[in-house]
Amino acid sequence: MLYRSTQLKNPTRERHLFQTRSIIALLFSLLLMAILISRMFYLQRMQHEHYSTLSTNNRVSVQPIGPTRGLIYDRNGLVLAQNLPTYSLELVQERVEDMDQTLEEIGKLIQVSEDDLTRFRRELKRRRRFEAVPLRFRLDDREVALIAVNSHRLPGVDINSHLTRHYPMGDLTVHTLGYVGRINEKELKSLDPSNYAATTYVGKLGIERNYEALLHGEVGYQQVETNARGRVLRVLERTPPTPGQNLYLNIDTNLQRVAQQAFGKERGAMVAIEPQTGAVLSLVSVPSYDPNLFVNGIPLKTYQALRDNRDQPLFNRALRGQYPPGSTTKPFVGLAGLELNQISTLDSIACKGWYSLKNDDHRYRDWKKTGHGTIGLTRAIVESCDVFFYDLSLKLGIDRISSYMAPFGFGQKTGIDTGGEATGLLPSREWKRRVRKEPWFPGETLITGIGQGFNLATPLQLSSATATLALRGKHMRPLVVRDIETPGSQQRLPVPPTLIGQVPIVDEGNWWRIERAMTKVVHDEHGTARRISHNLPYKIAGKTGTSQVFSIAQDAEYDAEEITKRLRDHALFIAFAPVKEPRIAIALIVENGGSGGAVAAPIARKVMDRHLLGDNTTTGNQ
Amino acid sequence: MLLSDASSSHGLFRRLHLDPPLLAGLLLLAGVGLVILFSAANQDEAQLWRQATRLGVSFGVMLLFAQIAPDTLMRWAHWVFAAGLLMLIAVLVFGDTGKGAQRWLRLGGFRFQPSELMKLAVPMMVAWYLAEKPLPPRLSHLFIAALIALVPTLLIAKQPDLGTSLLIASSGIFVLLFAGLQWRIIGIASVLAVPAAWLLWTFGMHDYQRRRVLTFLNPENDPLGSGYHIIQSKITIGSGGTYGKGWLNGTQSHLEFLPERHTDFIFAVFSEEFGFVGILLLLSLYLFIVLRGLYIAAQAQDSFSRLLAGALTMTFLIYVFVNIGMVSGLLPVVGVPLPLISFGGSSMVTLMAAFGILMSIHTHRKLLKD
Repeated sequence: MLYRSTQLKNPTRERHLFQTRSIIALLFSLLLMAILISRMFYLQRMQHEHYSTLSTNNRVSVQPIGPTRGLIYDRNGLVLAQNLPTYSLELVQERVEDMDQTLEEIGKLIQVSEDDLTRFRRELKRRRRFEAVPLRFRLDDREVALIAVNSHRLPGVDINSHLTRHYPMGDLTVHTLGYVGRINEKELKSLDPSNYAATTYVGKLGIERNYEALLHGEVGYQQVETNARGRVLRVLERTPPTPGQNLYLNIDTNLQRVAQQAFGKERGAMVAIEPQTGAVLSLVSVPSYDPNLFVNGIPLKTYQALRDNRDQPLFNRALRGQYPPGSTTKPFVGLAGLELNQISTLDSIACKGWYSLKNDDHRYRDWKKTGHGTIGLTRAIVESCDVFFYDLSLKLGIDRISSYMAPFGFGQKTGIDTGGEATGLLPSREWKRRVRKEPWFPGETLITGIGQGFNLATPLQLSSATATLALRGKHMRPLVVRDIETPGSQQRLPVPPTLIGQVPIVDEGNWWRIERAMTKVVHDEHGTARRISHNLPYKIAGKTGTSQVFSIAQDAEYDAEEITKRLRDHALFIAFAPVKEPRIAIALIVENGGSGGAVAAPIARKVMDRHLLGDNTTTGNQ
Repeated sequence: MLLSDASSSHGLFRRLHLDPPLLAGLLLLAGVGLVILFSAANQDEAQLWRQATRLGVSFGVMLLFAQIAPDTLMRWAHWVFAAGLLMLIAVLVFGDTGKGAQRWLRLGGFRFQPSELMKLAVPMMVAWYLAEKPLPPRLSHLFIAALIALVPTLLIAKQPDLGTSLLIASSGIFVLLFAGLQWRIIGIASVLAVPAAWLLWTFGMHDYQRRRVLTFLNPENDPLGSGYHIIQSKITIGSGGTYGKGWLNGTQSHLEFLPERHTDFIFAVFSEEFGFVGILLLLSLYLFIVLRGLYIAAQAQDSFSRLLAGALTMTFLIYVFVNIGMVSGLLPVVGVPLPLISFGGSSMVTLMAAFGILMSIHTHRKLLKD
């Protein structure tokens, strides 16, 4: 109504009205600015820390850097396990224009298998943005060159180099070293996820597995700045990884080669130990296989061929092969007889070719059907008379035999640092009651005394026991690793020899008597291993053995000759030398070798010659 | 005293019809704009030169408009408005599509946004209409004035260009407010705004516009989709802190976490690199320009000039407020550039034309009496 009355324009009034409104507009402007400033104050001052964290999380991501795996050398500094750069072909999907066409192009240039493609497509789905996915591993020089020449036609295709574990000695070292392989799902659960964040390989077997913690090293980290698309722009901070420790083994590769070659085409195993330290100088299991096949995943067909091979190359006979020790047991039983005062070297019995228990007409045969005649302990060892040991076993009884032999390491793990060894079996009354739920029969005592029956020992156990015998009862833990070296430090930390037991000594003369009998096995004209004494400049104490093959697979496809061969006894030999100051103790078995003296002993001679006399035939000995 | 700027030292500016304080403020702002654009565009000099060229053209347009006397503008107002309205209709019928919206009209070799013309035409037309009437306006006059603003607003909202239509609506409303719109009516309009908003939501909005509003209300609902802009923008601003990360050192913007960083979201880049202190200075500069505009309006000698100057100034303020409001998460993302700083052409030309009009209003006063 007030306004209605003013029909005409009133400039002064309007000007006044406008000025009022202008002041209101001014206040309104200040209000809006105040709102903006408070909003900024809230975001930038009050919430700064929150948003700052978010901003850092946005751009900074932490990437693990895998440590370089420690190297493994033999005792002469020869590399046994190394990390070689290998080339792999990788694709970054974001940079590939047409994936199918690119894969086809690559397929024309180099060989890409169906397996590769399947794995590639599976990994492609799980990858992060801008992450390279490998299509092929282990490209050879020709393939690398082919891809490189055509790289302009293949955007998003890169060749990257990685360190891959390589075993230059191949099948020579696999049964001690073992190998590494790609980490599988099961291992992923047990491994420390942060330390293995950037690791591809893990030790699967042998030294590689048992020393995994030392060989692996500590993971490093780098903080990288990434953009919104996840692309790494620069490295902000870097904690370098700690490389794994280098290992120096006791294994002498030259000796290993001599030993493995000495087996020729035979199957078998041998372990050579330095008695004073327990150092494993050589560990052979033949036939063997190439560990390099397993590093990047073995093709299924190759694996099946190895697994189904009748000669079982994958089987580590030295650690896991459990054989009846046969007559190689006799020196230990003989020593028990002397030390436990059941016989003396002057006692003798009459051997007519067989032995029987009272009230039992079962004949326990001697290998020599005609018998050995009147025979004492020394000759019984030299000529390996069974009847003498049947009699001695009966005098000792199973309880004393098993309790005396236990400290030599029979029936228990030696604790070798490769892991994976079998326990063997030293039978006892208690064992039979517990496991077989049967009482002990006297006849079983007899065959235990000649290393048959329930007795089982691995070549490693036999070797370790022989070393113990050579060392007058000191039982050292067999060790493969000699020194541990921190990379770059040039300082080697020796793994100290460990005494794990001492066989009680009643009269050291008894030990000398057994030693003398074993020396005669090689050096006496009647010794079972006399054929290796020819031109022998040092003294060997040894004992041959054969162990009966009690079961074989009934495979119709074997030809007759093959069957007879496979039915032959295993040939065994244990020995140490030089007798006065033993530097090497050996136990070896040749599967279906027949005679210990004829087949097994010569292998030991070759190994001992190589170790004690050095290299006379070839050059390059270090 | 208020007219003392007409003294000899400002003779040249006077003859060019320029207002030195306003010009200084605008030049300073343009300078700041180039500095931050250089960073936001990843130190791309080509972009910098393109923007500098645009600024040059815009300042030329400003100079041109400053020469046109307010009387002339008043005489042209309804013709300009009519032409603008026809072009808006033409856009809807056969306009070019850019980024999913029909906003462009092809004239010869140029693409032209009629909505930009309307940013000037609408306040001019409303001011022209009301200037003849006794103020405060009567209800019938108000109704016609509101209609003048509403028609182009709806046409532009239909394109759809929500940001521009809101700016045009507010330029019309500011003319009404300066004309002395009764508080009673303001109160009633505010009450009616609620059902109006509901109607707009239900019938007047495109899906993407609704989504923007929803996203604004709760950006964390969809952090990788439409909420991403707002979340990243807030992180960008917040991580700047008091003093900022330093020029060219903004990580959010340079590592491409911040979208639209050299256009609508350039304020976030500025906040990240110069911090709260930089923002205080920048907002002071904007406030100075607004105050100078209001001063020019208050000094204007006729109703048309006063209303037009006041409305243009306040629209400029709304520009600033809406842009910073949306970048900082106070308002929904409506696509309003930060005046004189955001990379982009047509809106800057219009804006500088508006400042040319302000200068013209201030410098064409008849110096008869005190």
